[in-house]
Amino acid sequence: MSVPANTPSADGDPVEILGAGDMSRALTRIGHEILERNHGGEHLVLLGIPTRGVPLARRLAAGLAKVEPGLDAQAFVGDLDVTMYRDDLAHQPTRTVGATALPVAGIDGKVVVLVDDVLFSGRTIRAALDAISDLGRPRAVQLAVLVDRGHRELPIRADYVGKNLPTAAGERVRVLLAETDGRDGVLLEGARR
Amino acid sequence: MRHLLSTGDLSREQAVTILDTAAAMAATQAREIKKLPTLRGRTVVNLFFEDSTRTRISFETAAKRLSADVINFSAKGSSVSKGESLKDTAQTLQAMGADAVVIRHHASGAPHRLAASRWTDGAVVNAGDGTHQHPTQALLDAYTLRRHLIGLHGGADPTGRDLDGLRVAIVGDVLHSRVARSNVQLLHTLGAQVTLVAPPTLLPVGVESWTADVSYHLDEVLAQGPDAVMMLRVQRERMGGGGFFPSPWEYTRGYGLDARRLAQLPEHTIVMHPGPMNRGLEISADAADSPRSVVVEQVANGVAVRMAVLYLVLSGQDQTAGDLVAGQIGAHA
Amino acid sequence: MTTTLITGARLLGEDVADVLVEDGRIAAIGATATAARHDVVVPADGLVMLPGLVDLHTHLREPGREDAETIWSGTRAAALGGFTCVHAMANTNPVQDTAGVVEQVWRLGRDAGWVDVHPVGAVTVGLAGTQLAELGAMAASAARVRIFSDDGKCVHDPVVMRRALEYAKAFDGVIAQHSQEPGLTASSQMHEGIVSAELGLTGWPAVAEEAIIARDVLLAGHVGSRLHVLHLSTAGSVDIVRWAKARGIDVTAEATPHHLFLTDELVRGYDPVFKVNPPLRTAADVEAVRAGLADGTIDTVGTDHAPHPREDKDCEWAAAAFGMTGLETALSVVQAAMVDTGRMTWADVARVMSFTPAAIGRVADQGRPIEVGEPANLTLVDPAARRVVTAQDQATASLNTPFGGMELPGRVVATFLHGRATVLEGRLVEHEGARR
Repeated sequence: MSVPANTPSADGDPVEILGAGDMSRALTRIGHEILERNHGGEHLVLLGIPTRGVPLARRLAAGLAKVEPGLDAQAFVGDLDVTMYRDDLAHQPTRTVGATALPVAGIDGKVVVLVDDVLFSGRTIRAALDAISDLGRPRAVQLAVLVDRGHRELPIRADYVGKNLPTAAGERVRVLLAETDGRDGVLLEGARR
Repeated sequence: MRHLLSTGDLSREQAVTILDTAAAMAATQAREIKKLPTLRGRTVVNLFFEDSTRTRISFETAAKRLSADVINFSAKGSSVSKGESLKDTAQTLQAMGADAVVIRHHASGAPHRLAASRWTDGAVVNAGDGTHQHPTQALLDAYTLRRHLIGLHGGADPTGRDLDGLRVAIVGDVLHSRVARSNVQLLHTLGAQVTLVAPPTLLPVGVESWTADVSYHLDEVLAQGPDAVMMLRVQRERMGGGGFFPSPWEYTRGYGLDARRLAQLPEHTIVMHPGPMNRGLEISADAADSPRSVVVEQVANGVAVRMAVLYLVLSGQDQTAGDLVAGQIGAHA
Repeated sequence: MTTTLITGARLLGEDVADVLVEDGRIAAIGATATAARHDVVVPADGLVMLPGLVDLHTHLREPGREDAETIWSGTRAAALGGFTCVHAMANTNPVQDTAGVVEQVWRLGRDAGWVDVHPVGAVTVGLAGTQLAELGAMAASAARVRIFSDDGKCVHDPVVMRRALEYAKAFDGVIAQHSQEPGLTASSQMHEGIVSAELGLTGWPAVAEEAIIARDVLLAGHVGSRLHVLHLSTAGSVDIVRWAKARGIDVTAEATPHHLFLTDELVRGYDPVFKVNPPLRTAADVEAVRAGLADGTIDTVGTDHAPHPREDKDCEWAAAAFGMTGLETALSVVQAAMVDTGRMTWADVARVMSFTPAAIGRVADQGRPIEVGEPANLTLVDPAARRVVTAQDQATASLNTPFGGMELPGRVVATFLHGRATVLEGRLVEHEGARR
């Protein structure tokens, strides 16, 4: 590629930061990091944050199950809806309240890995931490994101990152997933030079 | 959704969204910790010009489960029976910083006046106005109908679905019933077929323009096997002295739901009542306490539906201000 | 006194002629007027000259409810609306049921000097519907009362109504009935029909009006008396009056501007500015009332100008008072509903808003033809003007116009009361000697 991957084109057209292959490799790497850091998958629970964190968590879980033959992917993955824990409800268009579904064994004493597509201000993760504390008491909470674009407003950092992507505040990072958008990819949009 | 004044204002999509949100709220109410921080720092005023402990408690519970601050303002019995008081009261609430006003009023249209005036900036939720509307009651009825009767045979998740094809009989004092008016409009919007059953004196002139069939004969309607039978409360003071029906006994014979009529119904048919029930008048104890009665569940569903309504009117309320933070719109945290 | 030459107006909307006004009378018309000596010229090119309007149905509220209107503020509003004569309804406090009260109202009207005020006498003591008031004393008083009405309430008892109809014959009086069967309209809030069913507001059925009109025309026919039906509002009422007139019964009927123009659909917003008695009816009723007015079944347009203090309208529907203001919009509404729709000419407007009302009220010096020697009670209207009604800009002391924010045709440019201009260029002309 002759154009640097994270440099948007002059006319503001979206620029693809990660292709399908890049995403797949990033997720595989994150899966390995999770297993390595937690000494296997025995006490893990993966919770995807809607919308795109949910399919990402399922992909990660499926990947872990392949590597660790003892793991049942269905048994340690769930969805965590954080809508009702947000602090910006009055200032944003009304968000649809999603479903929270925990693995049957719950989260008490487990290592919960939150999974989301993009880490930006950190406010979603703050809401997720509040939501978790209402649902049980995990031994530890870790965070996996596909893209970290910076501009944090809270003291939060990701434990596992697919790609660190320096951005301007006005830019938008869009993650596309086959499950929700028909194809895989990460785009950087709306940039002006 | 800026206000909730009448079910007639709701589109099918809006109504389904409220029911879906209510389902999400209901799911949280099975947890050990039922309280959500969603409306922390927001103030909900329950402004009740008419006694209704049940409805007030339901709204109060809903608001508190969402961590809103709740102020109960009972205007009954005070000097608030005169006209100007609605305005004065509303302005007082505005000064207190009410984000939402849940209003119950004996005058039809009082919530509309509140919402249309500049007396308060808050979201107005109609908790029953005169003989006009009681939208949250109709929504909880629709929620109950959907939970029991949609996806009945497949056991499927009813999320996202309406009440297409359901047949619902609403029986009793339609003339004075805000519950009937709200349900006729909402259930029609959601695709159900409503049949009103009442003596002609308890149907309003103009009912022929409603989106419902009308019958004077309960037994004929029950013989058609409705999916749900909703009994309306009949006030005893409506009879006698040039009243609406000759005697309570005659009413019960013609329009009461008793064990005999209950036995005629298909197995899946549910029995509903907005409460409080006049046992022995519009509904017999057999019917009220039968396994197909969902009266108690209606009350529980009321909290979830009201949580959903409060969430939907209070979220996005300051969106104009939020738009200024353009960089955050559509972005992920 | 000033001699005024009004130039270029179309008399009754027909031929253009100059009109000379002198000593309170029309001194000359046409070429003689143009050539005559005069002090003031009022150019009226493009304007329509009508006889000063006569309202048989005005609530001036004084004495008793001066917070809503006074004779001063109400008659100023009347002059701006093109009126030179109003009949002040009897439901004041104290009620206009004695010679003393009607004389007081009559005198306050004279002192103000904006229009001629003719008090209406109550039919029954305190409007209570049981005992006849002293109709004879009121008729013989300085106020020379000829119209009697319990308006706001129906003379419901058939025996009392019969006696009133009979008794008023002695002094050529007329009973003006507010036709409302009370039992059928208990706690009623709006017209009973499709809209009331949906809004959950207690209905005021058309039959409650029609049943009383039917009874009253039969009674009037039986005793050979004059009956005037106030604010007729339903298609059925039009049919009954048409039938009675065909039978030779001496009945006249009135329609209000709002019943010619507004429907019950407006109630959907629950704004009490649309709350009135009798209520706004359906579009079919409005059409029937327009047709009845056009074909002469309905004789007059009366404003039923009913001012209310702000707090009586700034509230929920059920708590609000019934009534709308109308003096300053009546002519525009009639133009919009009847003239601009091609159903009536300006001469017809003069008939229903001036000639016939004056004749019914037995007012000798109002509602006269525009002819030499007649009293110079005149109104100049610009039919081409359009204006947006603003409640705050009106002269009435109350804000409860249902036409606020609406654009209406026509504008009263000038009004002359016995030769003196009360309104010029659309504004009141303050005069010496006026006493509030």
